[in-house]
Amino acid sequence: MENMNTSILPLALNNVSFQIGEMRLIKDMTCEFNTGPCTTVIGPNGAGKSLLLRLCHGLILPSSGNITWQADEAAVTTAQAMVFQRPIMLRRTVAANVDYALKLRGVPRNKRQDRINSALSQVGLKRLLDTPAHVLSVGEQQKLALARAWALKPEVLFLDEPTASLDPAATHDVEEIIQAIHNEGTRIIMTTHDLGQARRMADEVMFLHRGRLLERAAAKEFFAGPKNDLAQAFLQGELLWWRLGKDNRRLENDD
Amino acid sequence: MTSGFFRSCLIMTIIASTIPLSSFNSVTASDRFITVASTTSTRNSGLYNHILPIFTKKTGIKVRVVAVGTGQAIKLAQNGDADALFVHHKPSEESFVRAGFGLKRLDVMYNDFILVGPNLDPAKIEGSNRIWTALKNIADANQPFVSRGDDSGTHKKELSLWKISGNNPQKSSGDWYRETGSGMGATLNTASAMSAYALTDRSTWLKFANKGTLKVLVEGDIQLFNPYGIIVVNPALHPHVKWKDAEAFADWLISKSGQMAIAKYKIKGQQAFFPNAQGLKK
Amino acid sequence: MNDFGDALAAAATLVVSGNPELIEIVSLSLKVSFSAVLIASVIGLPLGAALVLFRFPGRLSIVVMLNALMGLPPVVVGLIVYLLLSRAGPLGILGLLFTPYAMIIAQTILVTPIIAALTRQLVEDLWTEYEEQLRSLGAGPFRALPTLLWDGRFSLVTAVLAGFGRASAEVGAVMIVGGNIDHVTRVMTTAIALEVSKGDLALALGLGMILLALSASINAAAFLLRDITRYNKRSRTISPRVTKWKT
Repeated sequence: MENMNTSILPLALNNVSFQIGEMRLIKDMTCEFNTGPCTTVIGPNGAGKSLLLRLCHGLILPSSGNITWQADEAAVTTAQAMVFQRPIMLRRTVAANVDYALKLRGVPRNKRQDRINSALSQVGLKRLLDTPAHVLSVGEQQKLALARAWALKPEVLFLDEPTASLDPAATHDVEEIIQAIHNEGTRIIMTTHDLGQARRMADEVMFLHRGRLLERAAAKEFFAGPKNDLAQAFLQGELLWWRLGKDNRRLENDD
Repeated sequence: MTSGFFRSCLIMTIIASTIPLSSFNSVTASDRFITVASTTSTRNSGLYNHILPIFTKKTGIKVRVVAVGTGQAIKLAQNGDADALFVHHKPSEESFVRAGFGLKRLDVMYNDFILVGPNLDPAKIEGSNRIWTALKNIADANQPFVSRGDDSGTHKKELSLWKISGNNPQKSSGDWYRETGSGMGATLNTASAMSAYALTDRSTWLKFANKGTLKVLVEGDIQLFNPYGIIVVNPALHPHVKWKDAEAFADWLISKSGQMAIAKYKIKGQQAFFPNAQGLKK
Repeated sequence: MNDFGDALAAAATLVVSGNPELIEIVSLSLKVSFSAVLIASVIGLPLGAALVLFRFPGRLSIVVMLNALMGLPPVVVGLIVYLLLSRAGPLGILGLLFTPYAMIIAQTILVTPIIAALTRQLVEDLWTEYEEQLRSLGAGPFRALPTLLWDGRFSLVTAVLAGFGRASAEVGAVMIVGGNIDHVTRVMTTAIALEVSKGDLALALGLGMILLALSASINAAAFLLRDITRYNKRSRTISPRVTKWKT
């Protein structure tokens, strides 16, 4: 990690709301993220999972409430990274994609090559070093996106449904990579639609619904029996009907 | 990355600015030249290609000719964008000098205007001795006539001839009277395509390659006389004007050698311009 | 009409004989248009990208204006530059009128809006795709600007070529500010206009064909260059792959 001695965690959300026009998409959310576990954020479409990640990462600003890290802004920016559902590749070679991220972080030229090589070998893309990134398969692109984030050695890594576009084999690879990053001490906060993945990866689960945090529990307890009845319905795959029955309002913005 | 990008921008800008510097050989400082505002008809006649090298060889002064309509040429000279004015509309030239824009007007040469029209000559004007009767016939017969319509010397001449004929063709503009608003060549192209009548100076006509069915119908009337004069732009108004070199050019044009050069220029075996400088300089 | 045959013959004669005047005219055309496009690119590419990346009051009006200026008639540009550079005008002291520099200035004014407006469009599409990732990596607008121009380079070639097409094809502006002076400011388009006015339509059309051929070969060269750089990179891949995301 770049900033071993000064941790940017804990991250605290205090009464955070986010709205677009009249639509309140995140409602009065208060929570804290400490060092340690792998947190998985789950919930139906429109729950606000992706928005939560973007708020934490600083891509969007809360409409009200505040989000605080335990460090100044520059340290916070450099100590975190995010990987998106759809991998966004620069139109450059695989190596140049990683290099670009390192350059932005101000890593000196003589150190970059080693970090590029090690990040790419850790995700198994070393042989594709000079390939243009946009001709890779989606699975490879997602691995590259992870390598790019990994090379930055972030303290916190946000993952927004990192396997939603992938086939089972690639999903498996990506999960292993995330696990490896986690094992190196990076704090993982990820969203997923895949309950199996949440079971496999999570130490801790947060259940969101309609922009509210309804339950937060250790993974084992949550999957053994969630306390919240909406979370129960969600685990049984019945939340969709339940929700539709109530009213037809749809909040699609979080995909 | 960023610094590299801006560095390459800078380099590109420097390259961009040096390309012209290094390669427009004709703009180097050692070049001694004057700019003459003149008319398309003289340029198109090829006269300059014949006489200018003789002058340049003799004096080392290059002459850059900007050929536009007489109206625009006068405007250029008024703004000080030319060192001398070499056009063919005596009344405009004289008022240019009277207004103080030029030093004095010198007669250099003349040729003549001719009326051309289609072979079939529907207005029956071929061989008219008087240009005004020919124009009147065209107007009476409502036959197509193409005019420059660009405030050039030829256009001004044409309008004055219509006036003598007692017609105001601009009332019929767009009907049988067509104003092209362009140069002599473009106007002749239009006349050729429309089988219309048109007034042109003889030198442009001789050189013109796209005659089609057009031919000369009226010529020789004293009214069709077309004198050219040169005026050096007044350096009192525009201090940068190279009036000495411009005067050298004017003096050469009316000198024996200049007048000979003009007289010797022939288009398809015919003399195109007739020198008429008064008080030949030696 | 056998003008087309005559024109072909005229063009062929000019090219085969290596007519020195033709070479002079062609090289001046290329120098003027290349210089103008180069300057316009240096201004227009960053300007177009900046209009995407920076939010400031009046940004939309500038975008609308640039798009409108794409259709600016060359004659109007020529007239404006003439009035500026004329001895009676504000920049008359520079004595640039009737020189290739004046032609470069006019063409630069003509071409910059085209390159800037097309760049803005192309970069905007790319930015839609890149925005979250670049911001996540901590790139501010100043960092994102060169990134977007570099990553969009293959499509931006089209914008620059459109500018070059406009510059090399226009006659109205260079005619007014250059004056079509033999051996000094005569370029392809003004030479064509001159031959038309002399009624030598075949020669004019012949020159037009040469201009077209030149323009076509420059475009072909640009696209070839683009494909070569792309192909070289692709050939280094170990296995052939299908592009799943739009390139």
